[in-house]
Amino acid sequence: MASTLFRTIQIHPFLLYPTALFSGRNGVLYCTMKSSQTQTATQEKQQPPKVKVPQHALKKTVDKITRDYEAIIGIETHVQLSTLTKAFCSCPYNYGSQPNTSICPICMGLPGALPVLNSKVIEFAVKLGLALNCKLSLNSKFDRKQYFYPDLPKGYQISQFDIPIATGGYVDLDLPLEFGGGHRKFGITRVHMEEDAGKLLHSGNEDYSQEIISLTSIHSYFSKHTVDLNRAGVPLLEIVSEPDMRTGIEAAEYAAELQRVVRYLGISNGNMQEGSLRCDVNVSIRPVGQSEFGTKVEIKNLNSFSSINRAIDFEISRQALLHSQGQSDQIVQETRLWEEGAQKTVTMRKKEGLSDYRYFPEPDLPEVILTHEYVDSISNSLPELPEAKRRRYEKMGLSMQDVLFLANDMNVAEYFDATLSSGADIKLAANWIMGDIAAYMKNEKLSINDIKLTPQELAELIASIKSGTISGKIGKEILSELLAKGGTVKGLIEEKDLIQAS
Amino acid sequence: MLSTIQPPRYLSRFPLRGRTKSRPFHILSSAQPVTKTSFAADQSQILSIRDSLLNRHLSAVELTHSYLDRLKQTEPHINCFLHVSDPDKVLKQAQDIDDKIKRNEEVGPLAGVLVAIKDNICTADMPSTGGSYILEGYRPPFDATAVKRLKDLGAIVVGKTNLDEFGMGSTTEASAFKVTANPWDLSRVPGGSSGGSAASVSARQCVVSLGSDTGGSVRQPASFCGVVGLKPTYGRVSRFGLMAYASSLDVIGCFGSSVADTGILLHAISGHDSLDATSSKREVPDFTSQFTSASSLKSRPLEGLRVGLIRETVDAGVDSGVKSAIEGAATHLEQLGCVLKEVSLPSFSLGLPAYYILASSESSSNLSRYDGVRYGNQASSDELNALYEESRAKGFGSEVKMRILMGTYALSAGYYDAYYKRAQQVRTIIRKSFKAALDENDILISPAAPSAAYKIGEKKNDPLAMYAGDIMTVNVNLAGLPALVLPCGFVEGGAVGLPVGLQIIGAAFDEEKLVKVGHIFEQTLEGYNFVPPLITDVGGASA
Repeated sequence: MASTLFRTIQIHPFLLYPTALFSGRNGVLYCTMKSSQTQTATQEKQQPPKVKVPQHALKKTVDKITRDYEAIIGIETHVQLSTLTKAFCSCPYNYGSQPNTSICPICMGLPGALPVLNSKVIEFAVKLGLALNCKLSLNSKFDRKQYFYPDLPKGYQISQFDIPIATGGYVDLDLPLEFGGGHRKFGITRVHMEEDAGKLLHSGNEDYSQEIISLTSIHSYFSKHTVDLNRAGVPLLEIVSEPDMRTGIEAAEYAAELQRVVRYLGISNGNMQEGSLRCDVNVSIRPVGQSEFGTKVEIKNLNSFSSINRAIDFEISRQALLHSQGQSDQIVQETRLWEEGAQKTVTMRKKEGLSDYRYFPEPDLPEVILTHEYVDSISNSLPELPEAKRRRYEKMGLSMQDVLFLANDMNVAEYFDATLSSGADIKLAANWIMGDIAAYMKNEKLSINDIKLTPQELAELIASIKSGTISGKIGKEILSELLAKGGTVKGLIEEKDLIQAS
Repeated sequence: MLSTIQPPRYLSRFPLRGRTKSRPFHILSSAQPVTKTSFAADQSQILSIRDSLLNRHLSAVELTHSYLDRLKQTEPHINCFLHVSDPDKVLKQAQDIDDKIKRNEEVGPLAGVLVAIKDNICTADMPSTGGSYILEGYRPPFDATAVKRLKDLGAIVVGKTNLDEFGMGSTTEASAFKVTANPWDLSRVPGGSSGGSAASVSARQCVVSLGSDTGGSVRQPASFCGVVGLKPTYGRVSRFGLMAYASSLDVIGCFGSSVADTGILLHAISGHDSLDATSSKREVPDFTSQFTSASSLKSRPLEGLRVGLIRETVDAGVDSGVKSAIEGAATHLEQLGCVLKEVSLPSFSLGLPAYYILASSESSSNLSRYDGVRYGNQASSDELNALYEESRAKGFGSEVKMRILMGTYALSAGYYDAYYKRAQQVRTIIRKSFKAALDENDILISPAAPSAAYKIGEKKNDPLAMYAGDIMTVNVNLAGLPALVLPCGFVEGGAVGLPVGLQIIGAAFDEEKLVKVGHIFEQTLEGYNFVPPLITDVGGASA
């Protein structure tokens, strides 16, 4: 495609931030979702702040001040869908591919190219809408959101404006016990479909240097910035929450629950480091008892659940401090950036009035019409969702801590359920999975799908111990064999002549 | 000036399509048609070519030479093309067809048909600029679906025709590159925006051509140039590869020197395309089954056909010559058996403002992609906003800028309801009123333009006057309906008069009826020759 060379452009550094958020090194450095033990937002390892910790006394003061204010938090989440092809063309998308290797005239916005909707996007949107207890719009449409940016090839983003595909839902979640526990229900304002933009790459990003040079040979001498359009046109669902959250923990748990839901539904890998799940948070505070809202501040660059938590708590303190010092006029409508290194938010850009995106209905795409039959068939195909799973486990008599652990990861939950359906004792199965098996997975850096032990054999092992055929100690030995090599409990018992003398 | 043009080498062996009983050349005058088609090939250049090739009366190379020679001789005067295909490549394609015929292999139904393509329609092997400096030298990596279909059927692309930048204009003067002249009078405009495509067919530089029609851009130049122009129903032809001007109004349309040719061309490019979500899945009927030769027509072949003459289109503001030509056409239709009555479309005058709001709004969005970042002309700048501003300031012409500004304004917060939304409401009203009129009438007729071709430069500095010239056509786009324009008479002007086009509007997806009626009208209209003098002079023939 020699005629459509990617040009290099120099961009005012100020303008670089929006996309840098998701592509830069911050996203990799500060992700904290590596351990299998730390899979709920609040169980993530809290990173020790890298810069000076606020003085103890100061912190105490701030905490005291903060108590006089109530924070209002709403979250906009972008979920990148794991469809085989992009939203409006047949290009595949694989995170981390060489730049501009997964592009075509359509996602490059060449003259004359037209979008055609990938029907999987609708299916996934309906799934999420149902899972979030939303009302679906049987007649929705796409709109164009217009602005200029080099990562936006058409000069507009295909999105949904006034008629989103789903509205008015909620999520249920349970806060972890170490944060006080408790059930929460947070409202979902809307879910809508849209396309992702490309990425700006910055010179000095050596990973891509080879490809970039070949794409920009003409102007390479000032190639400070280049565009990678691999991600352009990848389908997204934007989920807008009601401003129902009050603390950083609640917000982080909300995001974690969304991640669980999209993973349970199989519509996204929900991976925050790769930008498959991106949260922008709006925070305002008001004196306790006041009914009108304060000035809202948006925070971006939140690459993990713990950064959501910490960024919000920082922002609440910042705003509360300004309030208490009579400087509430210093709280302005702006977008602030969470700086992971400094553990603080900084001004990225002030919002001077509302941006005018000049939305209008996308004339290249027909209306999206859902039939009741279609919605019903998707509804019937939904898996058991995290909330239903938690309630079921709770009813089985498991502790909330166990419930949260088991239901957190869909694969773990499936494993647990399969173990139970092979007749295992509930509490024992839970203990084995959360104990020895989880420890093994952590050591070996495996997921539960990678281990050789089948749920049936785990059930058999539990039964053998329960019945006294083998001792608990021998059970543990057998377990490590089974985890690493597979095989059957009976076979190992016979092979090693391990039957407990009675 | 024109007398210096030498007769093309093969012209004496190749017919010029004129609707006159005394044609100077007749390709089949001594040949019996071998095909058992239900109509004579002399009604269609395409069918005549097919017959000649298959009967081995003419080779594709000879045929191509005759067109290329005429193109070479007439083009300096008319300037239809922004890019002419390499003659060697064109002749090579013709040679391939001849070789196939020699080996008795199948050739496509459009084998050897030289087709010109409006330059806002993408062609993989040649520049596609949309008439804009911002896309100067741009070569798309793909063919538009319509082009691909033509090529698959054997057609040979002879070049890319001039247009008003991105289709925005009614004279072809808004091209960034050149001004095209009207073959009937070189001091006049060919109409627009598909002026190059219309003039190239009129000048017989090609057999047929593709244009695009957003508010009349096929029909008005067809009228100005005395050729047949067919604007299909929205959705009938894939827009994939057509540079978008106003996506909800744009259609690719056809030009030919006969109704049969435009019908065959439309058939070739019609049908659903998986690359255009707005293309219709409706079956495409075989329009050619509607063609009958003039001699086999009954005395009143259109007996009982209900024809509504749109009253608002022959009111004040229409040239008296145009009005009488249309009245003559109406009388002709009556003589063919039609039941003529006047119909009123009270919303008709609302079409123009609604059209300019909607088309400008959509264009302001569609033209956002021309930012100099990925392709086309780019201003040299180290700073992003300056790069955008300068690339677009230098790349776009004033007409385009004006429409982008108007559209941006109409879509802005606070104005959306007053302009864009209101225009959409008007559009719904217009659609309904056409539907009602077409429930009571089989077809509607009107002039294609309020006047015949006017002088180059005459309306260039008076955009409102130029916009007003679109009154006859924009409503049809707003309603998404098909319409055929065919020459029906002349008004005074130029050396031999200027052609006037009759517009026939049909119900959605009823192109078949338009082609049938148009064909009978054309076959039975006597006493006119719609071959421009430039060409007959060149050919040494007199009408």
